[in-house]
Amino acid sequence: MLESNDVTADLIAQVSAFLSEHDPATTDRFEFLRARYAAGLAEVHYPAGDGGQGLPREHQKFVNDAFERADAPDNAPGLNVIGLGMAAPTILAFGTPEQRARFLPALWTGEDIWCQLFSEPGAGSDLAGLATRAVRDGDEWIVNGQKVWTSVAHIARWGILLARTDPDLPKHQGLSFFICDMTAPGVEVRPLRQLTGDAEFNEVFFTDARIPDTDRLGAEGSGWAVARATLMNERMAIGGNVPPRESGMIGAVARTWREHPERHQPGLHDRLLQLWVEAEAARLASSRLQQKLAAGQPGPEGSAGKLVFARLAQELSALEVELLGDEGLVYDQWAPSDLHAFDFIIRNPAFRYLRARGNSIEGGTSEVLRNVIAERVLGLPPEERPDTTVAWKDLPK
Amino acid sequence: MTADLLYTSVEEELRASLGALLAARCPSTRVLAMYDGDASLAHELWPAVGIDMGLAGLLIPESYGGAGATAREAGVVLEELGRSLAPLPFLTSSVMAVTALLTAGYSDTLPLIADGSLICALAVPLGSCASPIPRTVTIDGHGLVYGRIDRVAGLEGAGLLIVPATGADGEHVLTGVRAEAAVREQVTSLDMSRPIAGITFDGAPAQVIARGAVAETSVQEALLVGAALLASEQLGIAQWCLDSAVRYLLERRQFGRLIGSYQALKHRAADLFIEVETARAVARYAAATWADASEDRFVASALAQAYCSEVAVHAAQECIQLHGGIGFTWEHPAHLYLKRAKADQVALGTPGDHRATLSGLVDLTM
Repeated sequence: MLESNDVTADLIAQVSAFLSEHDPATTDRFEFLRARYAAGLAEVHYPAGDGGQGLPREHQKFVNDAFERADAPDNAPGLNVIGLGMAAPTILAFGTPEQRARFLPALWTGEDIWCQLFSEPGAGSDLAGLATRAVRDGDEWIVNGQKVWTSVAHIARWGILLARTDPDLPKHQGLSFFICDMTAPGVEVRPLRQLTGDAEFNEVFFTDARIPDTDRLGAEGSGWAVARATLMNERMAIGGNVPPRESGMIGAVARTWREHPERHQPGLHDRLLQLWVEAEAARLASSRLQQKLAAGQPGPEGSAGKLVFARLAQELSALEVELLGDEGLVYDQWAPSDLHAFDFIIRNPAFRYLRARGNSIEGGTSEVLRNVIAERVLGLPPEERPDTTVAWKDLPK
Repeated sequence: MTADLLYTSVEEELRASLGALLAARCPSTRVLAMYDGDASLAHELWPAVGIDMGLAGLLIPESYGGAGATAREAGVVLEELGRSLAPLPFLTSSVMAVTALLTAGYSDTLPLIADGSLICALAVPLGSCASPIPRTVTIDGHGLVYGRIDRVAGLEGAGLLIVPATGADGEHVLTGVRAEAAVREQVTSLDMSRPIAGITFDGAPAQVIARGAVAETSVQEALLVGAALLASEQLGIAQWCLDSAVRYLLERRQFGRLIGSYQALKHRAADLFIEVETARAVARYAAATWADASEDRFVASALAQAYCSEVAVHAAQECIQLHGGIGFTWEHPAHLYLKRAKADQVALGTPGDHRATLSGLVDLTM
């Protein structure tokens, strides 16, 4: 058994050897990334043969740093958040060797962008109640229905799809999980405009779209278990590194305060300080959570961070508009923007104010997250659930 | 930021042994008795906690007979003292008075504090912030002090009072006055588990501990370390309130259901859990910055009081509301925690005081 430091040293040596054979300055970007994947240096915690070496995840940062020092191209992880954060771990956990070999290399390099086809107009918080149907037809499934809140669907090559394969079973049992070709006939993507004017998300319509059974992930009827694993990864992915003090929304508001002494007023001042305290406290709490995860003490407390983040984003962005007074009433643009970055700081305060309303709805409403904390952390009784034991088709809709 | 916000195994062991002792020897009924004039619990408990467990001298260097521990361990002790409301002079003597003496470089009394034979109290009104240092006592040319200080905590059993005084030319003089040389006037206090009293000096003989800037800094450090670590006591209070409320939600039935199954109550409990866990990170951070003498310790102290004191009060209020009628009775211990939490919120500066301090420290001034 190698010591942790030896593992790191060995990995850095592997990167050096790799770089001596693949000069990042002269090699095509995707060619370079494909070779990195093949060499097991994509994500060291992926299994050997699938872009990794089966090592603990904590070694990855040394590999990334070594490539960065050599000015090597990275796989632009920010552009394929769902692919890397949700699809890849699910494929690694449930995919056949053929599926892993077929989908993961181009996913990791970023050649294929992935999207997630879970939420529906009739199934938001109650995801397991979804109605998109997949009906078996020989070696294929025929899919009909509608998905919503699908970010990057318009540029995605593949999507991870949760669909109902047996409506005679109770809701959680009749679902299956598929990999969906977004270019297939019968798959139509339409932008969904939000109250900000922007269209960060899409609706996806399925009209007799065909998916080969070989693109099913996990057993037929086990879709809920697969999807839960995916969503666990979503919570993990949202974690990540803890940013420095006054990052994000509080940083923007604090800057505005410092730059506009003419707008200073006692009421605004105390609100600002209260929110500064809460933002810094929340930052320390997420730092502590990261330390717990790193020490191998995972827990469902991640829901707490998301809840607090949403509330602070809403209160801070509201304060910033007031701080700016009439200047805060200027909106940058109502036409959909092509700035689909997740960093809303690049947009103006009025935009941030409107966008933040979504923070307590997307990725689990704050109300559902409170239920999660109450039930899974505090052990309080679950909600009365009359819907979990009857056939899905018999539920009131 | 690399401060370790978790608990070490040594800290967990300290918590476990202190927690077990307090669970056995500090029942809430005995704390309640303090409101009816029976203060015997404090006298019985201190020999076990302060002397037998060696916590009286936790922060005193080993060369003076102490344990040579840091603010991190003191924080864990205060969490347990807060959880049990143990009426002990740990914060006032072992943390604040010791910090003042160590900062002043005045080591004569440290071995006595460490072996438990002397309890000290920093004679400042509860409610004092680190700046400006309150001084209502003067010291004359013969080393005699005159004046009055209202609402001082930790006087019960204290043998030596550490008194910030003003010298002839307005100079800061930190003095030590034997408790029996002062006249003590007990006050019926909001929180009888940490009662306050007024003290009057009328020509009491005083020894000089420090003068000038050193005197001023010593008191400031004591108040700042106190503020940082009071947050751990507040965390302990909040944790008890959350645990107690959740236990009740899991046993009380109304309308044929456990009341913990109602979202209106579940969501309040979930919000409280988030506050308590956030307070834990903030309190650990404050303790760690003082243990490491980090540059950020002043921000951390102000942050700790601005945040954790509100959480303790909110937790105590929620605990009472979630208990309904029984929570409003004299019999149920919830009110003891509300009284301590409210007193703690004021004790070393209100949240507003600390936000004002922060505004200067982080460049967000009016």
